[in-house]
Amino acid sequence: MIALEHFYDARDLQNIVEAVTDGMNEQLAYVVAALLGCLAILGFVGVTAIINIWIERRLIARMQVRLGPNRVGPMGLLQPVADALKLIQKEVLVPRAGDRFIFLVAPLLVFIPPMFTFGVLPFGENMAFVDLDVAVLFVIAFSSITTLLIFMAAWSSNNKYALFGAMRVIAMLVSYEVPLVLAAMGPVIFAESMSLQDIVEFQKDNWTLLLLIQPLAFVIFMLSATAEINRSPFDLAEAESEIVAGYLTEFSGMKWGLFYAVELVNALTASGIAATLFLGGWWFFGLEEYVPGWMIVIGKIYLFYFVFMWFRGTLPRLRMDQLMSFAWKYLLPLALLNVLIAGVQSTLWARNDWDEAVAFPIFGLINVGLIGLLALAFGRLLASSMAEAPRRAHLGAQLGEIYRSPA
Amino acid sequence: MAIQAEPFVVNVGPQHPSTHGVFRMKLTLDGERIVDADMVIGYLHRSIEKLAEERTWTQNIPFMDRTDYLAAMTGNQAIVLAAEKMMAIEPPERAKYIRVIMAELQRFASHCMAVGTFVNDCGAWQTPLMYMLREREKVLDLFEMVCGARVTLNYMRIGGVAFDLPDEFVPACRQLIEEDFPRRMEEYARLLIGNEIILARSRGIGVLPAELAIASSCSGPMLRGSGVAWDIRKADPYDVYDRMDFEIPVGYQGDCYDRFLVRFEEMQQSIAIVKQALDALPGGPEKVDIPLAPMAPPGEQYSRVESPRGELGIYAVSDGSPNPYRFHIRSPSYINLSALKQMTVGHTVADAVVILGSIDIVVGEVDR
Repeated sequence: MIALEHFYDARDLQNIVEAVTDGMNEQLAYVVAALLGCLAILGFVGVTAIINIWIERRLIARMQVRLGPNRVGPMGLLQPVADALKLIQKEVLVPRAGDRFIFLVAPLLVFIPPMFTFGVLPFGENMAFVDLDVAVLFVIAFSSITTLLIFMAAWSSNNKYALFGAMRVIAMLVSYEVPLVLAAMGPVIFAESMSLQDIVEFQKDNWTLLLLIQPLAFVIFMLSATAEINRSPFDLAEAESEIVAGYLTEFSGMKWGLFYAVELVNALTASGIAATLFLGGWWFFGLEEYVPGWMIVIGKIYLFYFVFMWFRGTLPRLRMDQLMSFAWKYLLPLALLNVLIAGVQSTLWARNDWDEAVAFPIFGLINVGLIGLLALAFGRLLASSMAEAPRRAHLGAQLGEIYRSPA
Repeated sequence: MAIQAEPFVVNVGPQHPSTHGVFRMKLTLDGERIVDADMVIGYLHRSIEKLAEERTWTQNIPFMDRTDYLAAMTGNQAIVLAAEKMMAIEPPERAKYIRVIMAELQRFASHCMAVGTFVNDCGAWQTPLMYMLREREKVLDLFEMVCGARVTLNYMRIGGVAFDLPDEFVPACRQLIEEDFPRRMEEYARLLIGNEIILARSRGIGVLPAELAIASSCSGPMLRGSGVAWDIRKADPYDVYDRMDFEIPVGYQGDCYDRFLVRFEEMQQSIAIVKQALDALPGGPEKVDIPLAPMAPPGEQYSRVESPRGELGIYAVSDGSPNPYRFHIRSPSYINLSALKQMTVGHTVADAVVILGSIDIVVGEVDR
């Protein structure tokens, strides 16, 4: 029991694992440690998924001048529990013309990829379930598998609206995966590693956040991630006002509940990856000396999660073709440009052996200026097509006359 | 090489979140592009016109609450004006002013719903709708103050209105239209008008040329959005609209965005009209005494009002009995729908929903 000398040593999962496996033979210790890690991830994901339902409903209710759930339990805290109980009781209807097996198995499988993603996410200095060398690649690969599972669900339900949703999901995957990967390249180039732990260490060693060095990559990453996890304003796959519920149309009961939970968990994974890549993960300017790393990570995750909720509460939805052109014509060139800039800067820094304390602020300033310039240029581009849009209907019309465009 | 595919038919509705009731669009699609659109109506048919023949004129007023349930006051106004025209009854001045105040408040409330659901159809997840519902609730509070009901009001009577305004109505109404609504409208204008995503979704979508709008008998914001300055309140003034000073807002292109702008501007014009009517509100009785079941002399009449959705006309034939012999409602929602096919073909499914939202139908009125 060396590792748990004080009660507060339990804040780090590594210490618990060491304490439990102390004195066991090697094989058993490996299995026990792995099981403990699995349980921790499952527990974390399960609990946060339930809490997030409440947070999201309450927060969006506030944005919409409503109260949100406030009847079950104090401040409606037990509402997700009541919802889950109700969903479990409900009958799962399977469409007669659908593919029964795939239909039933898709909601179960869809829970797996986000779990794997959490497996490589570092929650503390020693708190990553596995510290993969290719973690970034792994995360991106697994997050795209979700899309295939959604397609399975939609195809097997043999519903036209579901098919619409599925086709939109696939199209979005194909287009948004590219800028997402290229944006994630920015931090990877600077940290010279694909391990998430190394990327955090890089930020810690250089006393900086990659968000400051790579702001453009961050913006592209967030936009692509929003599309990747099907959240508003890119929630075309389940666009309620257009295609009823998209791929969820035929699902009921807990099968539907699983998809709903996965949607929340996916937002959480995307936030987690963004927090690790761009905001320093478990490190935050020395704060990790006083607060356990996983608390910092969770705080950062919820920061990004709030942004996702904010999007959902405020933005209308784009059309499919507009979304595609946004990805290919705007995000992709910018992402490529960003990779070029990151490459040039990191090469200059490495070759010339510049001091990090001087080089990184300069890189940051250059990149922030660049993103401002690009945003301005894009604004101009948009404004040129919107110039003729009037702000007010034409007044002072004479009865019976026909008014036409002044142009 | 173009991929040849079978036409893909999707029934949007009757159970669909964006059909504003039980309306059904049968869309033939090529991918997501619409190649043909069919409308199927009648899911909410309650044979109100036939039922009206079995009831007296006064008993028919509640039916007009239930045709256009988002604008019950203008429905009331349409039937009492029709009855008064047939029976040659002149309501007192105060009643006319009260009717104008109520009709304009109703127009504001109805356009709140129209704008809210339109932005909702553009994909904003409920938020603008909830804000607009908040404003609508304020108006419904005023209605409740006056007649005890909020939605199906049954407030107007042949020869006046059912109850005089309570003492607290005028200050409460002034507070709303002079302080709350102008401030909120300014906020909404900042949020919604010129919003890039709303512009991207509605500019150039569902264009209804002025000629087609006239040819298909469209009316109301549909017609005005296409650039035709036509408003029954100006063209054929009823009650005291000839004494009110207001503008007819028109659009230029006839797309969804123009219709949205026209509705937005009409809300502000309505506020101005209510303000003028409150300032000029005379005293005196709120109704004239008429028999319980007034009889109209034999003959036929067409009378019309400008409802929030357009020209709401009532064509009635009387055979001298207390009941109308024939009672036809020219409902603006139904006639505005007739150009839907021309507006949707060539756009995508997502656009069809936005176009339908910009027409602002009330299915209760379409099917009657």
